[in-house]
Amino acid sequence: MSAAPRRALPPWAEIGLLPLVNVALALITVGIIVMAIGVDPLRALNLLVVGALGSSEAIGYTLYYATNFAFTGLAVAVAFHAGLFNIGGEGQAYIGGLGAGLCVLALDRFLPGVIVVPLAILAAAAFGAAWAAVPAWLQAHRGSHIVITTIMFNFVAAALMVYLMVNVLIAPGSMTPQSRGFEGTRMPAMHEVLAALGITVAQSALNLSILLAIVCCVGVWAFLWHTPWGYALRTMGHNPDAATYAGNDLKKLTMIAMCLSGALAGFVGVNEILGVHQRLVLDFTAGYGFAGIAVSLMGRNHPLGIALAALLFGALQQGGAELAFEIPAMTREMVVVIQGLVILFSGALANLPRPWLQALLARVRRA
Amino acid sequence: MSEGFDLIVLTLAATLRVATPLILCAMGGLFSERSGIIDVGLEGKMLMAAFAAGTVAAVTDSAWLAVAAAILASTAMALLHGFACITWRGNQVVSGVAINIIAAGLTVVLGTAFFARGGQTPALEPEARLMPITLPGAESLVGVPVLGPIYRSLISGQNVLVYVALLSVPLTWWIVGKTRFGLRLRAVGEMPLAVDTAGISVSWLRYRAVLLCGLLAGIAGAYLAIAQNAGFSRDMTAGQGFIALAAIIFGKWRPLPAFGACLMFGLLDAVAIRLQGVRMPGLGEVPVQLIQALPYLLTILLLAGFIGRAGAPRAIGVPYEKEH
Amino acid sequence: MGNRHHAAAHPSRRALRALFRVRPESGAAPAIELRGIDKSFGTVRANRGVSLSVAKGSITGIVGENGAGKSTLMSILYGLYEADAGEILVDGQAVRMRGPADAIARGIGMVHQHFMLVAPFTVLENLVLGAEGGAVLRRGLAAARAELARLASEYGLSVDPDAVVGDLSVGEQQRVEILKVLFRGARVLILDEPSAVLTPQETDQLFRILATLKERGVTVLLITHKLREIMAATDTVFVMRQGEVVAERRTADTNPEELAELMVGRKVRLTLEKDAVATGDVLLKAEKLDLTDSRGVKLLDGVDLELRAGEIVGIAGVSGNGQTELLQILSGIRRPTGGRLQVRGRVIDTSHPTDPAEMRTLGLCHVPEDRQRQGMVAPFRAAETSILGYHKLKPFTRRGLLDHVATTAHCGLLMERFDVRPPIPALRSSSFSGGNQQKLVLAREMDRTPRILLVGQPTRGVDIGAIEFIHRQLVAARDAGCAVLVVSVELDEILSLSDRIVVMFGGRIVGELPAAKADERTLGLMMANAHA
Repeated sequence: MSAAPRRALPPWAEIGLLPLVNVALALITVGIIVMAIGVDPLRALNLLVVGALGSSEAIGYTLYYATNFAFTGLAVAVAFHAGLFNIGGEGQAYIGGLGAGLCVLALDRFLPGVIVVPLAILAAAAFGAAWAAVPAWLQAHRGSHIVITTIMFNFVAAALMVYLMVNVLIAPGSMTPQSRGFEGTRMPAMHEVLAALGITVAQSALNLSILLAIVCCVGVWAFLWHTPWGYALRTMGHNPDAATYAGNDLKKLTMIAMCLSGALAGFVGVNEILGVHQRLVLDFTAGYGFAGIAVSLMGRNHPLGIALAALLFGALQQGGAELAFEIPAMTREMVVVIQGLVILFSGALANLPRPWLQALLARVRRA
Repeated sequence: MSEGFDLIVLTLAATLRVATPLILCAMGGLFSERSGIIDVGLEGKMLMAAFAAGTVAAVTDSAWLAVAAAILASTAMALLHGFACITWRGNQVVSGVAINIIAAGLTVVLGTAFFARGGQTPALEPEARLMPITLPGAESLVGVPVLGPIYRSLISGQNVLVYVALLSVPLTWWIVGKTRFGLRLRAVGEMPLAVDTAGISVSWLRYRAVLLCGLLAGIAGAYLAIAQNAGFSRDMTAGQGFIALAAIIFGKWRPLPAFGACLMFGLLDAVAIRLQGVRMPGLGEVPVQLIQALPYLLTILLLAGFIGRAGAPRAIGVPYEKEH
Repeated sequence: MGNRHHAAAHPSRRALRALFRVRPESGAAPAIELRGIDKSFGTVRANRGVSLSVAKGSITGIVGENGAGKSTLMSILYGLYEADAGEILVDGQAVRMRGPADAIARGIGMVHQHFMLVAPFTVLENLVLGAEGGAVLRRGLAAARAELARLASEYGLSVDPDAVVGDLSVGEQQRVEILKVLFRGARVLILDEPSAVLTPQETDQLFRILATLKERGVTVLLITHKLREIMAATDTVFVMRQGEVVAERRTADTNPEELAELMVGRKVRLTLEKDAVATGDVLLKAEKLDLTDSRGVKLLDGVDLELRAGEIVGIAGVSGNGQTELLQILSGIRRPTGGRLQVRGRVIDTSHPTDPAEMRTLGLCHVPEDRQRQGMVAPFRAAETSILGYHKLKPFTRRGLLDHVATTAHCGLLMERFDVRPPIPALRSSSFSGGNQQKLVLAREMDRTPRILLVGQPTRGVDIGAIEFIHRQLVAARDAGCAVLVVSVELDEILSLSDRIVVMFGGRIVGELPAAKADERTLGLMMANAHA
């Protein structure tokens, strides 16, 4: 229980080495678990890589999952830069999807898809933002702790969705709680778009939402480091008193940060509802909101890092599914364990390798 | 006795059964939070415990070994939380979230590897479970008006872990309020520096609090897997750890009010099951989902200061750093 | 005066000490002796080779500027930090302090500058924390109640055992801290800057308590940077500078001038050369400013204040008498609950509140009291800190985007003009020394050529060279027609900088006088509100 020294590493090690060591620790732990259940970790890794990247279909699915992870990772990061911990990504993604779905259900019989899809994207952002705005408002004006409120809002979102799907939006005559299918409105699938351009790839769930994710990565980067609003947001995140002194309205900044965060999380609904399901269904968020914490932590809250982390998690998700198919003793939940371990080692235990790395670097320098 | 009275007694008995894991978790979480360590990971600890209990009961057919395994599993997670938050001064919310996600994944991964039933553990025989206990005279006294049915259906006939949960409340109240450990626990959650300068180890105090939390959450998990149900099933905690957290907040971090909040949330749950599809006069059909979401909504309202003010320990969530 | 011990021990005395080591309860061995204490935090050497000895039953002062290493030294003695090198002797016996528990066991108690009290606990609960007398509280609490009554009568320290500590006044809280130490049977009492939060009256009361403690044989170590207190209360004084003990004096044989010189290492220039300047228009006018907090406590009570072009107004007062709140309101950070403010003709009152950004557009700039908490963002690059509060303006933001090139160039210019070292805009703000941080903040605000400049604690934690530089900059601004308001707890600073001095007490302005007619004594009386 000795005191953990907090001396900083050189910048390159801080940005490059430490995060890699943290992720490595998580993966080593996973390897031990895999061995413990009697599976050869190298065989598992091989299957995983092939499953994730071995065919154009596999790559398509990897990128499709990565799209979701990028959205929720960015959502966590934007709030984090403002000093806010948004654990409500799951609920905001859920409600974002509801927004997209409601928009399409209301308009698809009257307007062409080209018009409805952009509107639905805006609706997803607006609904996600609104779901984040309530905890933000409660923190800004009533002093409620945003961590607790966003957790509670996840459960409220889940209850609300079950109610709506079972009682209101269910398609007439349907036995499962899902809405009617969208008519002529959906996010174009990537294999179709590429086919139109003369490039043939295998069919997968990958759709144009990935372009939105890329735009969001660039947009978040530009916003945080190249606009006065981003500057103010980061000021608040590091030092709220200084932000007040500088003339910023912290309540407004809290609202802006959380609404942006919620809107980004809401885009998961675009990928899932507009891109894949093409109807409103239950449980389409499937833990992406929570996984966003892992993605953001692993990517050091930077859009570039988040993009890389999202790709890794996308590959794990897709490869993990193939793995479970090949080795019955393995399940897809292995990916969930990895997410948890990454959050643990890159987040809560981020400083664990620090003294060890310091000693190592000192020895290297002396040699 | 009227049917209505019986219904009330049965509903209250159901409330107690539903509230038991909430009470145990809330009392556990209270130790942790009063020491200044946020516990978002109650859910994960309870889930790991339930899995350990289900597994050990299925393999050994011993209910008490199962309880021990549950406590062991939950305490291990608690230690991990302590290691991250106390020794390494990590973010307590991040650590709690990690524990929840690890538990959600690992229980299914290990369950599938052990039993190949999609994450379930095998159904348990009554011998491998903790079953309701009939207190002496429960049947013979049933003729006594009012008290007879209350004794038979509410006080008697509960699981031994229900009694443990009920006992944990006065015990927690006494430890927190009336003992040296409790005084130091309350102090370390308010001002760890005062505790440190008084020559008391902040870390060791917080570790003990976190371990107590693990112990109680472990019993709660065991209750779910081998008392309330006949085995573990995936995600069987279903948010109860968070409801317990809500109860702690609702009880303003004090044992007796937190207990009251657990009973209230338990009652809501018990009533929700009964109200399914029932039309209330003047209200129409009350959506079950609304009742299920009520604990969360009420906690949000409380945190927003619309129903009283929540007074969290002042140093909660802040890692203790002695040197700058 | 108790018996005194001198660091240079001659042979016979060393032999004596060896004798006493066998019988440490004897009175002649020093209560505390430190030998060659070293302590570094990263690259900062807080203590280097510190040796000193404290006679039993004496009141020993340790004096030095902020950052001279006094508090670190005492934290080492109390076991809060472990020394990198050196020895601690208690009653002539070498001991190792692994934690406060060791110090307490050795009869050493400490009253920290920031009280170590649990606010929602009662006095009694705070008293027993760490010395509960059993696993169950009931009996321990009863015994503690009796002991408290005994201590109260013996030392004249009465407090209500059942009062909640958070409701007590600062002076009463300090009394609880002293009682806590005595309750644990301490024979050595360390007080770290005990008067920082007290009024002069409360301070006098504290010194009477210390005298009583001394009569009862308690050894007192008093850490302060206030010379008046050293002269008034101690028998012996050690002077610390830059982590070292530079002198030991019998208090009776020294004077404040000598101590001040020893503290700063050269003759202090207490008077600043400045020419008389004719004052101009009233630029800022506060009328009946009130501020009541959410618990209903009055923090400001009918404050009237005028600032004219070309004058420096100094606000004197013990910290915590409303100066911080006044600065917050004048700079737009906090809204008054009553009264009104005119800034260059613009009326601001409770119905027309304003914010710091708007104040800046009115030509009002603000160097905050606590630069690390307010004036800068530690992990930001110096260039980013150099536009704090002005980031939305041209040239830092153009067409909605930040211009990093312009910002860096601007920061470089500020660093050159205000001699910020090292002059590297890409460096993290937190890696600059206190003086250079302050110069950067000051540069940022003065670069706007403000019409009104509010400065809180201009030289807190700043080395002596930078102090003169900062003072000259403030005078230059005033000469250029700026209205300058300086809030400082350092009377010397107020006296040397100001043209006019305003004294605050209990949220009110209790006096005002031209600097020419002010001296420390008059101001001290006004700060204690004793002149009325």
